[in-house]
Amino acid sequence: MSKSVLGLYSDPNQAADAMDALKGAGFPLGTFDVLTGTPYPEGAFGEHVPQHRLFRFPAFGAIIGFTLAIFLTAATQIAYPLVTGGKPILSLFAMLVILYEMSMLSAVISTVVGIVIESRLPNVNPGVYDNRITEGLIGVVITTDDDKSDTAIDALNAAGAMEIKQA
Amino acid sequence: MQQRRTIDQIHTNRVLLNGQLDTPKWWAPTVITLGIIVAIGFFMIGIMVNKGLGVTGLSRPVYWGLFITTFVFWVGISHAGIMISAILRLSQAEWRRPVTRAAELLTVFSLLTALMFPLMHAGRPWRIIYYILPYDFARGIMPNVRSPLIWDPVAISTYLTGSTLFLYIALLPDLGNLRDRTTGWQNALYTILSLGWRGNPRQWKLQTVGGILLSALMLPIFVSVHSIVSWDFAVTPAVEGWHSTIFAPYFVIGAVHSGVSAVVTMMALMRWLWKWEDFIRPEHFDALARLLIVVATGWLAFTFLELIFAVYGLDAPELALRELQIFQWPWNILFITFVITGYIIPVGMWLQKSVRNNIALMFWSSLFVNIGMWLERFLIIVPGLARRTPFVYTWESYRPSGLEWFILFWSLAWVTFLMLLFSRFFPLVPLFEQKESETFSDSIKIGRVKVPAIVREAD
Repeated sequence: MSKSVLGLYSDPNQAADAMDALKGAGFPLGTFDVLTGTPYPEGAFGEHVPQHRLFRFPAFGAIIGFTLAIFLTAATQIAYPLVTGGKPILSLFAMLVILYEMSMLSAVISTVVGIVIESRLPNVNPGVYDNRITEGLIGVVITTDDDKSDTAIDALNAAGAMEIKQA
Repeated sequence: MQQRRTIDQIHTNRVLLNGQLDTPKWWAPTVITLGIIVAIGFFMIGIMVNKGLGVTGLSRPVYWGLFITTFVFWVGISHAGIMISAILRLSQAEWRRPVTRAAELLTVFSLLTALMFPLMHAGRPWRIIYYILPYDFARGIMPNVRSPLIWDPVAISTYLTGSTLFLYIALLPDLGNLRDRTTGWQNALYTILSLGWRGNPRQWKLQTVGGILLSALMLPIFVSVHSIVSWDFAVTPAVEGWHSTIFAPYFVIGAVHSGVSAVVTMMALMRWLWKWEDFIRPEHFDALARLLIVVATGWLAFTFLELIFAVYGLDAPELALRELQIFQWPWNILFITFVITGYIIPVGMWLQKSVRNNIALMFWSSLFVNIGMWLERFLIIVPGLARRTPFVYTWESYRPSGLEWFILFWSLAWVTFLMLLFSRFFPLVPLFEQKESETFSDSIKIGRVKVPAIVREAD
């Protein structure tokens, strides 16, 4: 049975100490995290620097959009062959605008999907949390086995937690 | 950054969420009044759909009038969002923070409004589907992808979808904040919308990187949209005043001019109505005015370039059009008003620091710009069509009907109504950006003075 423990801190230095204390107590990286109401500089709490693959999403999306746009523009011109001024039916220059817009649209949509997926959202079971985190408190949260939760609580308290919550 | 003061996160929440947690007294009467105007406007549109476009002043040869002018005007206003949000985000301009959300919102609602005008103008709006969507397989009739009238809805739909998603992604942390401050059905709503946001380093990193990536993707879309709107006119060889190669950049810079001015109008209103003096400060207006001086001057250069290129060839029809547009009644009065309100008055005002730091004067100067910019579009569209040309067998001048004027007025009420509705449920200033600014702010001692400073994280 696993348990989530949250320590609340008003000072970023204490939160960083709590992260160090958890590392020192032998908890592996990835089992604990820091929660804040505002972005802090990367590594401010000595946390594991998150890796992501967001940049792949727009490239993938743009390729999909471009392919769909080629199909759509070519198919509509062939399906209704309207000769204008003796020009070719498949007019590439006139297709460029739609090719461009659809590629960009698809890139934007896939980027947004990428942001959601890479942020691990939607998070249907957010676990232990405190509303005061969005008021400036900093939460250090750890998910561990029941029998190790006391060690985690001790580590969080040692760093000066103003409150401990468990779920 | 001379005017900032330290604000704690509890105070930031209380002040910037006052629209959602403690609705101001003026909100309900204002929304009801605007709602009545909006309802009357929809009724008028209904009358027009029922009776046909005969209730407007449109007639050959002026078949594009107030509706298309207002369409271009709202597309122009929509350029505020990406100009402010994306460019300032990419350049890490610190003063962007209180402005971005409102600017993005203005983009979404003004685009939505812009889209309604070609629909109305079609007379039978549902028939537009025949030429936009490739669905009529039974008769084999497909959209003409070679037409700018297809490019236009594709570009605007792309911009609208992208802007809406951009707005939503940037809202996620604030939705989490609202979830933490509310109870009951509101809490349930914000819990769903915030997708379980917790604010861990991964989510913040993705928020930052994603914001920059989306900004970079939205910027080329932003440039393309008004370029394509300009091609509605520029690829028409039959109308001398429209057939111009510089229309795309001319329209884009004009859109930025009107859009950023609209942001100034909105920021002044937000500061007055929600009492956000601590967050929307004179320094923000000062920065926007400096930006606007550059944009307005660039736009004026394009205006005159367009004119010079037109008359340089001494082509008789072109000269006749320009004479009509600039010297003949009533266009001459409109032309003078356009130049004075679009450039001379506002830029003359912005050149003075006392004006740039005076919210009321900035508000009025930004309104002048948009009066001028609306007139600019009107002067491009209507005289271009109204000039007497050979072989035209019917001849009518264009006088917009009362219904058209009301629908123009309705569109202003409609955008304001949507903004106020949004403000009841979502914050207009990004709280997390504001708090981040506090986290990164400090003061440094230089000689004998202490100067407020912003620390920036290395990329």
